[in-house]
Amino acid sequence: MAITESPAAAVKTPAPAAEPTPMVTIRGVSKAYGPNVVLRDIDLTVNKSEVVCLIGPSGSGKSTLLRCINFLEVYDRGEIRIEGQLVGYSDTTPRRRLSNAELRGLRRNVGMVFQQFNLWPHMTALENVAEALVQVRGMDKGAAADRARQMLARVGLADKADSYPSRLSGGQQQRVAIARVIAMEPHLMLFDEPTSALDPELVGEVLQVMRDLAADGMTMVVVTHEMGFAANVADRVAFLDRGRIAAFGPPREVFHESPDPRLTQFLQTYHERNSF
Amino acid sequence: MKFSVIVDALPHLLGAAVTTIWISLLGVMLGQVIGVLVCVARQSGRRALDVAGGVYVSFFRGVPLLIQLLLIYYMLPLIGIDVPPLVAAIGALSLASGAYVSEIYRGSLNAVPHGQSEAALALGFSAPTIWKRILLPQAFRISVPALVNELILLLKASSLISVVGVAELTRTSQTISASNFRPLEIYLAAGVIYLAINSALALFGALVERRLAQG
Repeated sequence: MAITESPAAAVKTPAPAAEPTPMVTIRGVSKAYGPNVVLRDIDLTVNKSEVVCLIGPSGSGKSTLLRCINFLEVYDRGEIRIEGQLVGYSDTTPRRRLSNAELRGLRRNVGMVFQQFNLWPHMTALENVAEALVQVRGMDKGAAADRARQMLARVGLADKADSYPSRLSGGQQQRVAIARVIAMEPHLMLFDEPTSALDPELVGEVLQVMRDLAADGMTMVVVTHEMGFAANVADRVAFLDRGRIAAFGPPREVFHESPDPRLTQFLQTYHERNSF
Repeated sequence: MKFSVIVDALPHLLGAAVTTIWISLLGVMLGQVIGVLVCVARQSGRRALDVAGGVYVSFFRGVPLLIQLLLIYYMLPLIGIDVPPLVAAIGALSLASGAYVSEIYRGSLNAVPHGQSEAALALGFSAPTIWKRILLPQAFRISVPALVNELILLLKASSLISVVGVAELTRTSQTISASNFRPLEIYLAAGVIYLAINSALALFGALVERRLAQG
């Protein structure tokens, strides 16, 4: 089967539901740091309730692309839309870059999970989860705490509500970070190498939480080096190489049928590193 | 050495020590407020605010406190503002400590990982909320040792306000030794009192640090 960058071809893949609704549409997005081009003309559509994994060697631009989706990273050309709304710029010609204040409305519907968890160390697990509910959603403290408790229970950490992050393992910290995001009921979740900073034995518990979210129908874009997760959970996988999407499709196709030599090499390295 | 001299003078000295303590505490508290404001101004990304903050810091760090104090005391009356010595003293102390504190906070803010505010930004926090809830509380924790150090320095520097006639510990020592001709005993006692106050401050600082480290 041919590997294609065209989003039109992506629509041809058998959809589970009747008509897929696009959640994120990325069209012709490019970005450069001076002479160093990190994203080249990226096209990608993520449908509602779909899990898309971005894989690729370091420096391929996958994290940058992910961070462009909620505009933590500025893209220069092209457009990214979430539920039809243009990300980061005014929907006018010529377009104007939006301020952080103007981006708040969009960001409260897009959750992000970071490689380094980024929990706030001066707050307990419960406070970490409740904070955004109070400060961004405007909930009163009691209701926010109740909801935070529910969310911690959902990631299996009900008993750690009063622990500070420094007392939690990496896996537990990342699960709190996920609870902090899902408490906001995002329409879309972005994961930036969520298990890369974890000891190997702690990776599983985080991936399990992510599997549960996927099963509940959360729309997810995941930058990951966990090929097993990509193979088993992703609806589609994009392989990025030197700022381009070099392969895109269902995991089976990308992992086993792609003719792209760089992808073959990337997977080869991965297999060698993980075999003993 | 006659210790009876010290015993006689002790009530006066201790009373003056209380003045030293509350002037210093007031100076440090006002200095905190000024320091935070200047620090936020300099990090705000607005050029005018950054420059104004920079000029402020370089003046109050670069000119000796004694000169600042005399300038405030003698200059303001020239433009028709009559400053009581106490106000001039507290003003000078807080302006000077504000300059140092803003630099302490700047360093501490740089020590807060970028991901901390990024996580808040991604959740839709406003910039003022990120400052209030995420950055400043963490910067404060990091800066506690430096702030205690600053408090101790300020308390010692408060001896300089004796020149404008505020009856704090140093000034009172001068007055007493000028009348009983026993400077050695009196200044020795004053030195011990300063040492005692600062030791207590250092102990308090260590306690606060340990409390915060638990979080």
